Amino acid sequence: MLTDANCCFQAEVEETLKRIQGQKGVQGIIIVNSEGIPIKTTLDNSSTVQYAGLIHQLVMKARSTIRNIDPQNDLTFLRVRSKKNEIMIAPDKDYFLIVIQNPSD
Amino acid sequence: MEIVHVYTKLRSEFGRQCLLSDRPAELLVDVPPDPSLALQFTQKTPRDQAAQACRDMSEHQVNTERFESESCGINHVEGGWPKDVNPLEMEQTIRFRKKVEKDESYINSIQQLGGVSDHCIGQNNSVDIYPEYFEDEEEVEEIQEPASAKTINVFRDPNEVKRTVTGLSWHPDGGRKLAAAYSCLEFQRTSKDTSLDSYIWDIENPNRPEMALKPASPLICLDYNPKDSHTLVGGCYNGQIAYWDTRRGSQPVEFSSVEQSHRDPVYKIIWLQSKTGTDAFSASTDGQVLWWDVRRLSEPTERLVLDPSREGNLDRALGAISLEFESTMPTKFMVGTEQGVVVSCNRKAKTPAEKIVCTYDGHHGPVYALQRNPFFPKNFLTVGDWTARIWSEDIKESSIMWTRYQMSYLTDACWSPVRPSVFFTVKMDGMLDVWDILFKQNDPTLSLKVCDEALYSLRVQDNGRLVACGSQQGGATLLEICSGLSTLQKNEKSLLAAMFERETKREKILEARQREIRLKERSRSEQSRDEDGGRDDGDDSPDQLIARAEKDFYSVVETELRRRRDQEDQTNRMPSQQLLLRNQEVQPKPWDQNRDQNQNQEQPELPHDKQEQDGEQLVYK
Repeated sequence: MLTDANCCFQAEVEETLKRIQGQKGVQGIIIVNSEGIPIKTTLDNSSTVQYAGLIHQLVMKARSTIRNIDPQNDLTFLRVRSKKNEIMIAPDKDYFLIVIQNPSD
Repeated sequence: MEIVHVYTKLRSEFGRQCLLSDRPAELLVDVPPDPSLALQFTQKTPRDQAAQACRDMSEHQVNTERFESESCGINHVEGGWPKDVNPLEMEQTIRFRKKVEKDESYINSIQQLGGVSDHCIGQNNSVDIYPEYFEDEEEVEEIQEPASAKTINVFRDPNEVKRTVTGLSWHPDGGRKLAAAYSCLEFQRTSKDTSLDSYIWDIENPNRPEMALKPASPLICLDYNPKDSHTLVGGCYNGQIAYWDTRRGSQPVEFSSVEQSHRDPVYKIIWLQSKTGTDAFSASTDGQVLWWDVRRLSEPTERLVLDPSREGNLDRALGAISLEFESTMPTKFMVGTEQGVVVSCNRKAKTPAEKIVCTYDGHHGPVYALQRNPFFPKNFLTVGDWTARIWSEDIKESSIMWTRYQMSYLTDACWSPVRPSVFFTVKMDGMLDVWDILFKQNDPTLSLKVCDEALYSLRVQDNGRLVACGSQQGGATLLEICSGLSTLQKNEKSLLAAMFERETKREKILEARQREIRLKERSRSEQSRDEDGGRDDGDDSPDQLIARAEKDFYSVVETELRRRRDQEDQTNRMPSQQLLLRNQEVQPKPWDQNRDQNQNQEQPELPHDKQEQDGEQLVYK
């Protein structure tokens, strides 16, 4: 039973990721766990490792910044806009989802 | 015998306790207040006293020791994996990942995160949430801040014995590197220990030169190839030319042969604009300008002797100290000489005699720097003795504009590549002057003391902001000029063009006037020579001249005396009445004449006739 539920939940996860991937301008998605290990990715291995390692540190820093200013506050979303693309990071307690998008406008 | 001083005290008094007793207060001094003294003071109320409740701070500058840093890469290895998983093993990592994916919290969090991300991605796609406002608006007029420049870095000669920085050249691509030529130009001052090296510095790292160039003889000047940023050409103290390729190391790729090179130090070498990109030309005080093809440095491709009489005579040649070449005018070039003359030459002339087009004589000493204005190639700047002069190609007699005589010798100058009216000069007292001729013509706009010793060379980078100057003790200082002096102002070109035109016109008018005066003088002297030739036999001995002058003088005196005597005789002979009439009507009065004609003709006529007769008589006498 549990495995069945997990299976359909897993399918939902797949569907969510596919939907995000299908959006206009999305170049790649990476899911990283709290230790910085990439769980799921649509990019090649070297880029994934690089993104995972660097962005993990960035999210930790950003989160600690927000919490230092106001302990009641917490980081909900982080956007990093660069010349070529935008990196959007959605943090959670144990995982975070990184989406790299090239805004077409 | 020892001198001893003896104190005596009763034995019973040793160790006795102090016997203190009360004593009434004794008034020692009582100074009553003196109101008269108060008159010397004026009361001042209220008083302003500022008080600040903050901590006292002090500023202190410390020069720390040099910190040598080096960049190197780091090899990252994947980490974060739990102990039991080996990151290199594909199976283990895949198994670990699959395990995580099955975790319930993973599923929940991903679903939630997915929703959030979706929202933001959609935002990005629909609207540009980071629009650039005020893009089209014109920039506000910047407030004119006072001109300033600050030192960024100093590159010091790493050797023990310091040599002068005699030549500088910026790397052509972006100017990240600076090549400096070190040599000792003072006569017989070099000792055996002085190093012969010249260095290429990376401007970010002043601690250590990026590369050393090792010629056989110290380099006086060098130049980066504007087409190929890896190659440099340099002129040596012994007259040879050396060619380097930085990819091939510090030793020169090729050296010119000693017999065919210059016989004096090569003071300037510049790359030429050519199809092959391998041509350069050099100038030296031995009076020659040599052209080289760097692929074959064994002998120069062309030779020009700077003989102003155009005969190619090396003995009479002028020693060259600076060269000028502008790539927009590839057939013309100019040479500045030790004698203070600037020679303009045409490379494409058929005969060597025609190569030297004209000369400009303006300085009392060697022309140390020569450069055309990058925006107005017809005007060029020269520096020599204690002035800097701006010339126009058309006016050969004198410069159109010049600075006043400075306190110390000027050694180098160059125009700013971005602002046509700005140029930089360096002096022997260690000052760098920035001149903006549209702003102020009499004095430099900005004057900086770069160092205590003399500055010998100067180069501006192509962006116009960075300036490198080299000093006598081997220190090359890198300065950044403020944006006001390195950004093109509006109307600058047209204002400067108008100024140059005005000055050129003034000089032309002055030249024309000079010529006129000279012509007049010449014609007058010719005329007087002809007259003298008629009277005498053209013998101009001073005694005869004096005799003639005396004769002329006495004859003039005689005629004057005679005239006066005749006048007196006349006045004595005539009766006094007629004398009065004569005095009245001796000057013609037109309205009187008319009246006389209409009324009585006879009466006035009589004295008239008499007048005229007398008058005529007077004149003839």
